[in-house]
Amino acid sequence: MADKQAATDKKSNLLLDIRNLRIEATVYPPGEPPKNIVIVHDVSLTLERGKVLGLIGESGAGKSTIGLSSMGYGRGGVRITGGEVILNGRDILKGGKQGLRKLRGHEVCYVAQSAAAAFNPAHRLMEQVVEATLLHGRATRAEAEKRAVGLFKALSLPDPENIGNRFPHQVSGGQLQRVMTAMALCSQPDLIVFDEPTTALDVTTQIDVLAAIKNAIRETGVAALYITHDLAVVAQVSDEIMVLRHGRLVEWGGTRQIIKEPRQEYTNALVSVHEIDHQEKKPGTAPFLSVKNVTAAYGGGKVKVLKNVSVDIFPGQTLAVVGESGSGKSTLARAVTGLLPPEQGSITFDGRPLANRLADRPKEDLRQLQMIYQMADVAMNPRQTVGTIIGRPLEFYFGMRGRERDTRVAELLDKIEMGKGFSDRYPAELSGGQKQRVCIARSLAAKPKLIICDEVTSALDPLVANGILKLLLELQAEENVAYLFITHDLATVKSIADSIAVMYRGEVVRYGPKSQVLKPPFDAYTDLLLSSVPEMEMGWLEKAIKNRRMESAGN
Amino acid sequence: MSSPILKLVAQRVALGILLLVAVSVLIFAGTQVLPGDVAQSILGQAATPESLANLRAELGLNDPAYIRYFRWLGGVLTGDLGTALSSGQDIATSIGGRLWNTLFLAFCAALISVPLAIVLGLLAVRYRDGWVDKLISGLALASTSFPEFFIGYLLVYFFAVQWQIFPGISTVYDGMPFLERMQAIALPAAALTLVVLAQMMRMTRAAILNVMQSAYVETAELKGLSAFSIIRKHALPNAVAPIINVVMLNLAYLIVGVVVVEVIFVYPGMGQYLVDHVTKRDVPVVQAVGLIFAAVYITLNIVADIASIVANPRLRHPK
Repeated sequence: MADKQAATDKKSNLLLDIRNLRIEATVYPPGEPPKNIVIVHDVSLTLERGKVLGLIGESGAGKSTIGLSSMGYGRGGVRITGGEVILNGRDILKGGKQGLRKLRGHEVCYVAQSAAAAFNPAHRLMEQVVEATLLHGRATRAEAEKRAVGLFKALSLPDPENIGNRFPHQVSGGQLQRVMTAMALCSQPDLIVFDEPTTALDVTTQIDVLAAIKNAIRETGVAALYITHDLAVVAQVSDEIMVLRHGRLVEWGGTRQIIKEPRQEYTNALVSVHEIDHQEKKPGTAPFLSVKNVTAAYGGGKVKVLKNVSVDIFPGQTLAVVGESGSGKSTLARAVTGLLPPEQGSITFDGRPLANRLADRPKEDLRQLQMIYQMADVAMNPRQTVGTIIGRPLEFYFGMRGRERDTRVAELLDKIEMGKGFSDRYPAELSGGQKQRVCIARSLAAKPKLIICDEVTSALDPLVANGILKLLLELQAEENVAYLFITHDLATVKSIADSIAVMYRGEVVRYGPKSQVLKPPFDAYTDLLLSSVPEMEMGWLEKAIKNRRMESAGN
Repeated sequence: MSSPILKLVAQRVALGILLLVAVSVLIFAGTQVLPGDVAQSILGQAATPESLANLRAELGLNDPAYIRYFRWLGGVLTGDLGTALSSGQDIATSIGGRLWNTLFLAFCAALISVPLAIVLGLLAVRYRDGWVDKLISGLALASTSFPEFFIGYLLVYFFAVQWQIFPGISTVYDGMPFLERMQAIALPAAALTLVVLAQMMRMTRAAILNVMQSAYVETAELKGLSAFSIIRKHALPNAVAPIINVVMLNLAYLIVGVVVVEVIFVYPGMGQYLVDHVTKRDVPVVQAVGLIFAAVYITLNIVADIASIVANPRLRHPK
């Protein structure tokens, strides 16, 4: 805590001083009376002017809640019940509603995770960017708009003079995130709270937005709380890092110290999370699923989303399909499952052609191909118990009933490392990782040859995601099931794949065994993809931007 | 720029016309199925078989149904709604003034009820779950739950009989001074307002509350906007589509559903006219009024559809 001491020494430079912050919420567990839970347990932090503090932790660590407390805001009914939030020398919690309204959008501004949702679809961007500036009387409209255009330029947005006239839906996600940063900077605040500003973006877009945010912070001298679950990202922008878990402080120190010499075991686990050593299997002689020259389109052939795609999957092996959003990787899965019948090309399965349309496929083919989705919670019926959910394919494909089915459900629960007691639980009572495990068990219940995994770990915290990957690998060894693993995360690919297909704008640009695909020399796109994955090293961002060979597709 | 909108609007209008034709067939078919015979009802009980046959031939009642339908439709399209059997008067002429009366009453009721419902809805959202919200919702629901004739008679009892502020019978005539006319229709307009208020208010409240969950409302809150500006500036524009739909549905009700209120207040509008002629089994009048009501209903719903389309920035400003 040497840095904290240093901060208190330079009192005059102190911008934000949170002391013993306690935040509570009322939860309504099903079938029980409502109860109070503590979300943040007496956390204290200080931030000097112009400095960036990274708040890091898994979901539920309380990092967003702490970040928003600097604006006196409790999301979803959480209450600040104790402690002080001293901003610019006064406790903002004592200023009342009126006082909070004055500081929000003026002294402290907020950049949300999903700019696409955080912009009002009914108003033009400029209107929203200058709104807070005008509201707080920080500038006239003409001045504010001029400043906004300057910020658009500084954040390297295309056509900075006119982009403000657009509506949110007319601008891409990465651009919108930068417009939101411009919106936060426009009223010249002392502090900006960045809440996972790059998490929802593709790696190749993330790197641009990250660089733009970092430059903007440096040039304007604004202080920032940078909230993320990705240590490699936060290492690029912050001066100090605070690690949080379950609403408590784990470790707080300079960026170099946290990533190089973590003192706490939990920090260490976060730093070294992605490492799974997966030995690549040699491709067998005969693939059992073979996609040949498939072309698929939406809108009656107007929008080509897959162009002449050919890939093979071997029994018991994993083919990873990587690419950014819009590259056609999920569409490939839709073509394989028959949801989007290909216009040209064929799919062979077990040596015979697979019907193009889902409706034309026999039940047996349906059983052999199962899917696991990114959002486990919306992929399950919230009104069915785990036992019913896993038991359903057993009834549907094998006609199992009664005790036979229950025994099999218990076996499957055992396989996914969840006890028999979960059988009577509802999805809402499970954590994110547990939900995904149930979805895995449901797909395994059909005894498939191939499971299509569509971004199955993307919505999970790194440690939890790691557990899911390990489980998938174990199950592959036991059941000899193959995976078509769709992801945008290259670290995941390294951990699980036997062969890799890199997709870009509907085409496979690189395909082969993992060791070959990940071995230089690279084509330009694979190089961009690989070099855009944040590394846990200070100064990586600048180096990566300098060395890359092509612009990302997000621009 | 506006090509997707134009296309959608054209589609809606075409669909509306098609629907209106279908409704006209149904109305015609319905009146054919009804028991009773026009010639019989004109001539009364004393009719001889010969005079009945003559009259049928004269009225063209012996022609096949589809010829009579097209003859009727042709007349409607040229503004000839036929002749009332009971009075022998031209229907279009007698409807003219009454339709205007009904529209005027509906317009006045709408002018009060729509803004009132939306403002009450906004207030209910602003003070949601508080006593203001509960009071507004409670009163609105109570006023809707009472049958309209009951509300009508309550209004008459208090405002016309006890306090004698407004007339209990809404007589209007051509060339009536504006203020007098307003005074005459005050009570029926109030009754209609009370009937339609609640649904629009509840929909406004629900639609805005739905939008209030959005991330952009949080953004607005974190900019320091006051609760009411957030509702007005950020929530309302995104809630207009469902609100417009319910408003239009209620406007249609104000025109089409005035029958009971017009009868209570003896107001010379379409509703009264319809009821009079239904009792007289005057089929041409029933057909004409039915068709006008259907046209009003369909038109207002198309307007609602188009307004919802135009309210969507994604359609107004394509990529």
